[in-house]
Amino acid sequence: MNYKELNLIGSSSPHIRTKDGTGHIMGEVLLAMLLPLLFAVYNFGPRALAAAAVSVAGCCAFEWLYRAALKKDNTVGDLSAAVTGVLIAFVCPVTVPYWILLIGDFFAIVVVKQLFGGIGKNFLNPALAARAFMLSWAGEMSTWVGPRSSSALWGAVDAATYPTPMALLHENNLEGLRQMYDLPEMLVGLIGGSMGEVSALLLLLGGLFLIVRKVITWYIPVSYIGTVAALTFLFPRGNDPVTWMLYNLLGGGLMLGAFFMATDYVTSPVSHKGQLLFGLGCGLITVFIRYFGAYSEGVCYAILVMNLTVWIIDKNIRPARFGESKPAKKKEAESK
Amino acid sequence: MNFGKQLKEGLLTQNPVLVQLLGMCSTLAITTTISNGIGMGVSVTIILTLSNIFISLLRKVIPEQVRIAAYIVVIAGFVTMVDLLLQAFFPEIAESLGVFIPLIVVNCIILARAESFASKNKPLAAAVDGICQGIGYTLILLVMSAIRELLGAGTLGGTRVFPEEFSATLIAMPVGGFLTLGLLIALMQWAQSKGGK
Repeated sequence: MNYKELNLIGSSSPHIRTKDGTGHIMGEVLLAMLLPLLFAVYNFGPRALAAAAVSVAGCCAFEWLYRAALKKDNTVGDLSAAVTGVLIAFVCPVTVPYWILLIGDFFAIVVVKQLFGGIGKNFLNPALAARAFMLSWAGEMSTWVGPRSSSALWGAVDAATYPTPMALLHENNLEGLRQMYDLPEMLVGLIGGSMGEVSALLLLLGGLFLIVRKVITWYIPVSYIGTVAALTFLFPRGNDPVTWMLYNLLGGGLMLGAFFMATDYVTSPVSHKGQLLFGLGCGLITVFIRYFGAYSEGVCYAILVMNLTVWIIDKNIRPARFGESKPAKKKEAESK
Repeated sequence: MNFGKQLKEGLLTQNPVLVQLLGMCSTLAITTTISNGIGMGVSVTIILTLSNIFISLLRKVIPEQVRIAAYIVVIAGFVTMVDLLLQAFFPEIAESLGVFIPLIVVNCIILARAESFASKNKPLAAAVDGICQGIGYTLILLVMSAIRELLGAGTLGGTRVFPEEFSATLIAMPVGGFLTLGLLIALMQWAQSKGGK
């Protein structure tokens, strides 16, 4: 019998393979971001959709151009560039000029991602690095409009800045904040702020969807949000720790950062213990920046800084090897 | 002595900034405008060439144990000269370069060339080495400061290229220096790996 005719492959494990690739996972992430995106359109008008579309198109175009120019196999199809594009739009105010978005796209895709080898090799979250770079245009990046507004699709943007919850929190103006937005409004997202950050509720839903679909695990979001909650509850500004904590949790980019950015596979630790530590670090730095920093929001820099520590965490916290058990180790130590 | 080879080394294969990674501090700090870049590059080239010649002349006189101190004294002498000349004839450049002119004393390019080349070669070869390495340094400063001035301030050599509101202020700040330098080093490595094949 000619064994070559049999459809057998001799190889080591794994033998059962799924067809789900990166594209499948990124598709789920995009799906989870759909509701916050629709809410952004509801809250800030069609310009939010236009900005997201421009940003996605820019990211995909730069990814394709770079890979094509260097004659590498093209990775636009894995949708990771599209996810980066949506995230970049999410962390900008709706009034951001389109050309700044495109520069951010270029920085994220070409400088942060492709120059280091493309997907899986970037050491920073591309969308957050892009946001840090886009703050070059600090004026444009911090021109906020109020909730239920509709900015013109084209042309000059109304320069009037509208106080966001984070700005009021930074001034320790909890009373003013309460008068302006009550907690349900904060939860639903009828507030001013970055396009995709406003609706804590929908981001939470999207995050839960990702956890249920096993795209992400709960370790980083829970330890991140938990750390922020604990710190703001224990050290409130004002005499109402619960309210202060809730405003801190619902305002700013915490939900978006914790579920969609800190959980990026490439720039977060591998082990569960490491992920808990990573979330803890993100939470600490976020609260430190919010309390003591010049910026009113610290999520972006907190995650970026923790991205840089991932290699240390991964080096020092290693999961037990298969076949090794801890009791055996203990016995060994005792016998010594 | 091989002028062509030394020039090629200084400009490309042994470029002081991109390959030897020397003189990072001044490279990152002063490359915000082209005039700064040229001023710094020319100053370093002059000091490097003169100190190379003198250290080469003195190479048999300087005792090995105190050679670094002796090099520093020679270099510091020329730095003081250049500093005073700049203040006298180019006060604007002297002001904008500020502390980085006196700091050329401890610029590692000069010390490295003194230690690795001038102290082992004849004065003429040392002079050529100083000029070539200096040109390599100046070239990189020029490229970096042109990129950073253009992107960071929207000007090139002081003339406005595009409106200021489009300029990326981050590029003019220290982080922009690191970014530009990193990208140039990467480009150099890439070019060398291509050229090697």
